[in-house]
Amino acid sequence: MSATTTKSVYRQGFRDGLPFLIVALPFGMLFGVVATEAGMTLAQTMGFSIAVIAGAAQFTALQLMQENAPVLIILATSLAVNLRMAMYSASLAPHLSNAPLWKRALAAYVLVDQVYAVSLARYDRPPELNTPQKYAYYFGVATPLVPMWYGATFLGARMGAGIPPEFALDFAVPITFLALVAPMLRTVAHLAAALTSVVLSLALAFLPLNLGLLIAALLAMVAGVQVELWMERKSK
Amino acid sequence: MTMSSTQIWFLIGLIAIGTYLIRFSFFGLIGNRTFPAWVLRHLRYTPVAILPGLVAPLVLWPQATGGQPDAARLLAALVTIGLGTITRNILVSILGGAATLYTGLSVIG
Repeated sequence: MSATTTKSVYRQGFRDGLPFLIVALPFGMLFGVVATEAGMTLAQTMGFSIAVIAGAAQFTALQLMQENAPVLIILATSLAVNLRMAMYSASLAPHLSNAPLWKRALAAYVLVDQVYAVSLARYDRPPELNTPQKYAYYFGVATPLVPMWYGATFLGARMGAGIPPEFALDFAVPITFLALVAPMLRTVAHLAAALTSVVLSLALAFLPLNLGLLIAALLAMVAGVQVELWMERKSK
Repeated sequence: MTMSSTQIWFLIGLIAIGTYLIRFSFFGLIGNRTFPAWVLRHLRYTPVAILPGLVAPLVLWPQATGGQPDAARLLAALVTIGLGTITRNILVSILGGAATLYTGLSVIG
């Protein structure tokens, strides 16, 4: 291990994380703006971004809060959005589990989509890294992203209440979510899951407590997997 | 929003704890234990299974128009999906969708 020092690996991770600031800045600002417009205080908005650091779940909770859904439903739905992180955790564990508890605890806190994707891609590429270097790279990727999420939320929250209704901010959440989802529709299976979700959530919109969305999501996951399995069988 | 300040903090706390536990799940286990393959397979689809369903009623029946379908918002949604699918660039899609919305609202509305 002469050429790659832990420090240089950290710097490499930092550089690889930088491009994602372009998304984190407007996305975080938008959360700050929309949360403030919805009536949350600056402290609550910041508390949300610092304690949760998960844009999609934060926007989901905010939307359901505005629809006056019950606390349990809001909790279940926004945690369901974050369930994908259990998969991230599972696929990173072989690389990161052999470390002291504080390091694993900190790594779990900053486990966001981009940190997961960039780090795992690096671990699968040569030259191979040892565990401390893997951590250095991982925290390198997270270093620019996480503070940017806080800062962007703060900026947005300060601007929030000053934005007039002509800007149709009610539509900021739908547009953001569609922009997040569209690039994920890579396969027929993903498309099937998305369509199932749309059709069922509209069809079940009459159900009380926003339960329709949870049921739609559950069946959409099953639809995605079934189509995936079916495509696999077909290609054999 | 009709939630009290205490309720909001309570909810933020619960989401934070739940999200942290999800993230920590496998870092907390010793060795290389993992979910069965079929569970992981389903988890991959969580974002595409939830977000479209959450958005669909907001696009079709926006609250700002009293639940009436609105051409500018529908068009903006289509442009966002189109740009997102073609460019795979989140920022480009958001900006394109917003531009369509504002153009639509000023022309139609």
